[in-house]
Amino acid sequence: MSTEKAKFPDVTGYVGFANLPNQVHRKSVKKGFEFTLMVVGESGLGKSTLINSLFLTDLYPERYVPGAAEKIERTVQIEASTVEIEERGVKLRLTVVDTPGYGDAINSQDCFRPIIQYIDNQFERYLHDESGLNRRHIVDNRVHCCFYFISPFGHGLKPLDVEFMKTIHSKVNIVPVIAKADTLTLRERERLKRRILDEITEHGIRIYQLPDADSDEDEEFKEQTMILKASVPFAVIGSNQLIEVKGKKIRGRLYPWGVVEVENPEHNDFLKLRTMLVTHMQDLQEVTQDLHYENFRSERLKRVGRDVEDETVDKDKILLQKEAELRRMQEMIAQMQAQMRMKPADNGDGH
Amino acid sequence: RHTLTLSAHIITTVTAGLQSGAVNVPAGFEKEDSIHKTLDNLGLELKDVKTNMAERMQEAGVVCSGDYKKDGTGRDLFGYVGIEAVLDQMRRKAMKTGFEFNIMVVGESGLGKSTLVNTLFKSKVSRKSCTPNFTEKIPRTVELQTISHVIEEKGVKMNLTVIDTPGFGDQINNENCWEPIVKYINEQYEKYLREEININRKKRIPDTRVHCCVYFVPPTGHWLRPLDIEFMNRLDKIVNIVPVIAKADTLTLDERRDFKQRIRQDLRNYSINVYPQTEFDEDPEDKLLNDTVREKIPFAVVGTDQEHQVNGKKILGRKTKWGIIEVENGAHCEFANLRDLLIRSHLQDLKDVTHKIHYETYRVRRLNESNGISKGLPKGNNLTVKEDVENNL
Repeated sequence: MSTEKAKFPDVTGYVGFANLPNQVHRKSVKKGFEFTLMVVGESGLGKSTLINSLFLTDLYPERYVPGAAEKIERTVQIEASTVEIEERGVKLRLTVVDTPGYGDAINSQDCFRPIIQYIDNQFERYLHDESGLNRRHIVDNRVHCCFYFISPFGHGLKPLDVEFMKTIHSKVNIVPVIAKADTLTLRERERLKRRILDEITEHGIRIYQLPDADSDEDEEFKEQTMILKASVPFAVIGSNQLIEVKGKKIRGRLYPWGVVEVENPEHNDFLKLRTMLVTHMQDLQEVTQDLHYENFRSERLKRVGRDVEDETVDKDKILLQKEAELRRMQEMIAQMQAQMRMKPADNGDGH
Repeated sequence: RHTLTLSAHIITTVTAGLQSGAVNVPAGFEKEDSIHKTLDNLGLELKDVKTNMAERMQEAGVVCSGDYKKDGTGRDLFGYVGIEAVLDQMRRKAMKTGFEFNIMVVGESGLGKSTLVNTLFKSKVSRKSCTPNFTEKIPRTVELQTISHVIEEKGVKMNLTVIDTPGFGDQINNENCWEPIVKYINEQYEKYLREEININRKKRIPDTRVHCCVYFVPPTGHWLRPLDIEFMNRLDKIVNIVPVIAKADTLTLDERRDFKQRIRQDLRNYSINVYPQTEFDEDPEDKLLNDTVREKIPFAVVGTDQEHQVNGKKILGRKTKWGIIEVENGAHCEFANLRDLLIRSHLQDLKDVTHKIHYETYRVRRLNESNGISKGLPKGNNLTVKEDVENNL
């Protein structure tokens, strides 16, 4: 009796299920997390460098950059690389889906099709697994988040950017990112961000919205969330080179006129992007599951239903057609028979 | 004091004169310091050129000295003819009539074309600065817009025309986006040709031909893109192309060097002839000058029209949190090299190559077309050049 009292505090009305989150936490840590991130943008915008900087890994160790001749021949490829990252006992299985060739060709009209096909295929596979008999180890390869890289050299979104985002915003969470932000002064950066947000609203593009902080969170978290929300789209710089500044080794880019520090919030929004990704990874997965996957699923199932109806309709039509043909053939045979009966009579009579 | 572009020609004309034995070298010739300046700008030294000349003179058998010697025939070699004065006359005439220069800028929107043109000529000459209510909307097709200004410096007037090409490379499907540009360039040649074959033609034919086409390559750091290659392949035979790396403040020095190497390799692999073309080098001096240029192209440029204070001086630059990029500082970017090439040393050459080579190619092709037509071959255009000439007669 007394030992039980020691374990569970004797507060009236305390059942003990407040302990549940800890249990969930322990289980998830054991299981590990899965996350699939897709990276889309023209070549030369620093996508690979940024991904390597974000996760402090080298996802592309022997990278070969193709020249123009190869680009002319190719269509958009889809390359998925998976890496297991562990930090303080928490395992993350990160898959990065790269899309080389996007926007490279002179005529880029078909360049989103392979990408959309890939996303749909992942949804299809999950749907199939979910409807299967053995549902123990469903691997979730659905794309949870898509970083779309916008060129900092334009005056806003390009026609290709608009078309792509409009096609894909109902299938995946889009996080727009301004690449190579070290080419912009502070004023230019603000102007570009505003311009991009205006154009996104103008074209009705739905990008991923960061959820507001719950009212019971602490002030610091609320403020952080507000700052993050106000900084979209994030203007980032990536680098894998360590440069020594004031005695410290930091990641940055060395120019004749100064050093750009990747992790300096005054220089760019890299830290904000990383924070956003890390604190909202769970939310991104949820939105993918609850919104995009459900959309896909209902579309798919509706379509299957329609297909069955179509088939029965076709069958009836085919039956009718066959009957009509039979009737025609019978008429023809009757005619021919009549003719044949008449002929021998003529011959015989000799008229 | 002679203009800089004409100085390079002094060497060639005087050397030619020496070889034919017509002229002795005037005593003050070695002190021609404007030649120093031209060569300095392009990283050469006068002694290289001088040794060349000295060898030439030796071959021609002429002695260069301040003394007045007599040669075997008894003729007095002290004969300062006064060829130099011709240059003065040319200068005065040129200043009175002024110069025309037509520059075309091609590249996707947002690569800093208008800003660069403004920075080059230190005036607000771009489409952006001159159109009221300018909005940066991407047009559906490539449109060409020309803006002309007269700018003046130290009594020299220049009629500058900037031809902008908004919409180039901005669409999803950019096939044939170079066609309006090719059409425009050929139309200017056609205009000039028609004026030239007129019976009562104007004393000075207005020159709207494109003397230089600056092509802006985005600073991806990888290679040239298919669009870049297609465009330059089609245009290098009809106009002088000067490729530049735009917004180069996004490349570190190493990346810049590697990118340039890859671009030059691409240009070689696809046989793209950018300005200065190797086959138009007139003589070894030209070749030396142009080779130094060719090793540095494409120039990595940064443009701006904003001034900041640095060490008490006012300079053009871009201010960021991590430093100020000085546009005219050779250690930061190569804007100064581009400006020197286009304006200070090769402006006249650009016009010469356009007139003597690109325009002549066009003319020969057109005249052959009309010859072919008269022989009953299929027609090219509606009204042929030869018919025009015959009508006029």
